[in-house]
Amino acid sequence: MALGRRKDYRNEKAMDDTRDLLILGGGLVGMTLALAAARQGLSSHVVDRADPAELTAEGFDGRASAISTASWNLFRNIGLAPALEPHGCPIEAIAVTDQLRPGRIDFRPEAHEGSLGRMFANRTLRLALFEAATQEPLIAWHSRAEVVARDRGEHAVSARLADGRTLRAALMVGAEGRMSPTREAAGLAIANWRYGHRAIIAGLEHADPHRGVAWEIFYPAGPFALLPMRSGDPAHRSALVWTVDEKDAAGTLKLSDRAFRAEVEKRMGGVLGGVRAVGPRSSFPLGFHHTARITAHRLALAGDSAHGIHPIAGQGLNLGLRDVGALVEVLAEGARLGLEPGDAQMLARYERWRGLDSFMVALATDGLTRLFGVPGRTASLVRRAGMAGVQRLPALKHWFMDEARGVSGDVPELMRG
Amino acid sequence: MVDATISGETNSTGGQTIRPDEAEHFGALAQDWWDPKGSSAMLHRLNPVRLAFVREAIDAHWQGDPRGARPLAGRSAIDVGCGAGLLCEPLARLGAAVTGVDAAPENVAAAASHARGAGLDIRYVAGDIAALDLGTFDLVTSMEVIEHVADKRAFLAALAERLAPGGLMILSTPNRTARSRMVLVGAAEAVGAIPRGTHHWEDFVTPDELRGLLAEAGLAMGEPRGIAFSPGKGLHLSDDLALNYLVTARRA
Repeated sequence: MALGRRKDYRNEKAMDDTRDLLILGGGLVGMTLALAAARQGLSSHVVDRADPAELTAEGFDGRASAISTASWNLFRNIGLAPALEPHGCPIEAIAVTDQLRPGRIDFRPEAHEGSLGRMFANRTLRLALFEAATQEPLIAWHSRAEVVARDRGEHAVSARLADGRTLRAALMVGAEGRMSPTREAAGLAIANWRYGHRAIIAGLEHADPHRGVAWEIFYPAGPFALLPMRSGDPAHRSALVWTVDEKDAAGTLKLSDRAFRAEVEKRMGGVLGGVRAVGPRSSFPLGFHHTARITAHRLALAGDSAHGIHPIAGQGLNLGLRDVGALVEVLAEGARLGLEPGDAQMLARYERWRGLDSFMVALATDGLTRLFGVPGRTASLVRRAGMAGVQRLPALKHWFMDEARGVSGDVPELMRG
Repeated sequence: MVDATISGETNSTGGQTIRPDEAEHFGALAQDWWDPKGSSAMLHRLNPVRLAFVREAIDAHWQGDPRGARPLAGRSAIDVGCGAGLLCEPLARLGAAVTGVDAAPENVAAAASHARGAGLDIRYVAGDIAALDLGTFDLVTSMEVIEHVADKRAFLAALAERLAPGGLMILSTPNRTARSRMVLVGAAEAVGAIPRGTHHWEDFVTPDELRGLLAEAGLAMGEPRGIAFSPGKGLHLSDDLALNYLVTARRA
């Protein structure tokens, strides 16, 4: 059940446009936070450098997110379901194989267990979020805005923009992603592993229907994932996330469309028929980073600012959305008790809640990547033995499925069904 | 184990309910009272827990919506022994017209300055509740105070006098048990979690004694709730009354 909406709550200082939250970074995590907070009566400034028109431009670029059941509940509870529903592609099963050799883990939930999540193009998510944000009076959205100075004082926080404006609030939230300048400015140290690999992202059109199956095919360089997307008629679409060695990345990105298609088809081993078309390619370096502390005086980090993981299990955005669910729940409970959004005790509660959880998921995913990243026949045998083991152990399989759905651990109220 | 109990003057001196040495002890702590990691760290951690009790009591007493943003709108509240305003400020945000009283002028000064910075309109008064004529209030709170006053009967009578008809009183205090002696007075002060000399164990009151004292003041006490600690949940409301407990009271 969602928390009730408190329309009458206004910060005492709303008069001079000092708001409850100053959210730096208006991407998927930052904007979901602003909306979820608004539904609880909390006002916000949202600052982002990007031009929303560019972020929502037409075209299927393959940037997509697996939205777990818990994340879907969050979207539903903040009123985004009607806008998103027609565009999602349910993940019916996850098939994991080692270089397409025999031995395969299938994560397929029983009928009563519901889906493993839904795939959405990031563009679709942005469109729905931006549309909802413009209609929400509690959100002041400052796009194409550059933050030049940040301040966290005893009673308030502020950010000065390049155009000279100063925005004030009770709590600052760093949601700019992995390179978060807010985290850097606060001196919160991050632990950082680079895998020496890049993920190449592209949208694919293929001959055969995907039937809702997400493929994770492990090669020595890393996973090669095909994520089922809502298909246009008559095309069948999947999003490709292909992990390549850093040194091969530039070359792979420069391949002609035809050569790229051939390379992709070779690795797909015919699972979805031939590749008919490839959309624009992009890439990003793979790494794992985690901050031991995700709060400081009047500051909370959310999403990739706090932790980033290998996209192997599709958990990155889900972790960020869990941050949103937890932070909003903590802030709403604080407001119910008469505490202001910057209250140190409530921030400590958020940190206790999210710190360990995200670290566990990050570690598990990191372990999985290392397990599959070791080249050679022996390692492959170990992996296949391991997969056969997982296939046979219902408890472990269910844990994996629950993690993929985001329903294990202490789930924020906003993310329950 | 360090035995940090010190006997203080416990005799009533006329209308005065404050022990001068107590006021001085807390006044000296006023400086960093609002620092969540300072000497009042324990009070800061306790705050959300006791506010949860306060919120529940308010909603039950006035049949309010537990999700409502300003359940105390249109009501007056007084916090006696307000320190630097850790309870007054939330009560003000919940909509009450709040008065805070404290024996130590340093506390009142720190409280007023913090409320100004937070943009909250709260009236702070230094002095002894028994000697001040402040009128009556819908909500009367006094947290972790009764164990510090010289004359508990006179203090509760003074609190009762401030309670408006149909009003609600909320008190919290440590229980007098073997465990509270060990944890609150011994261990917590020894490791610095609570400033040394804060508690005098033999002045603590048990829930039954408090019920009796409140009855003498013409008040009926509600069911007490404990504040317990566990590594998993931190400080939380509990049925375990052994360390610290909260009660409501209303006119009998």
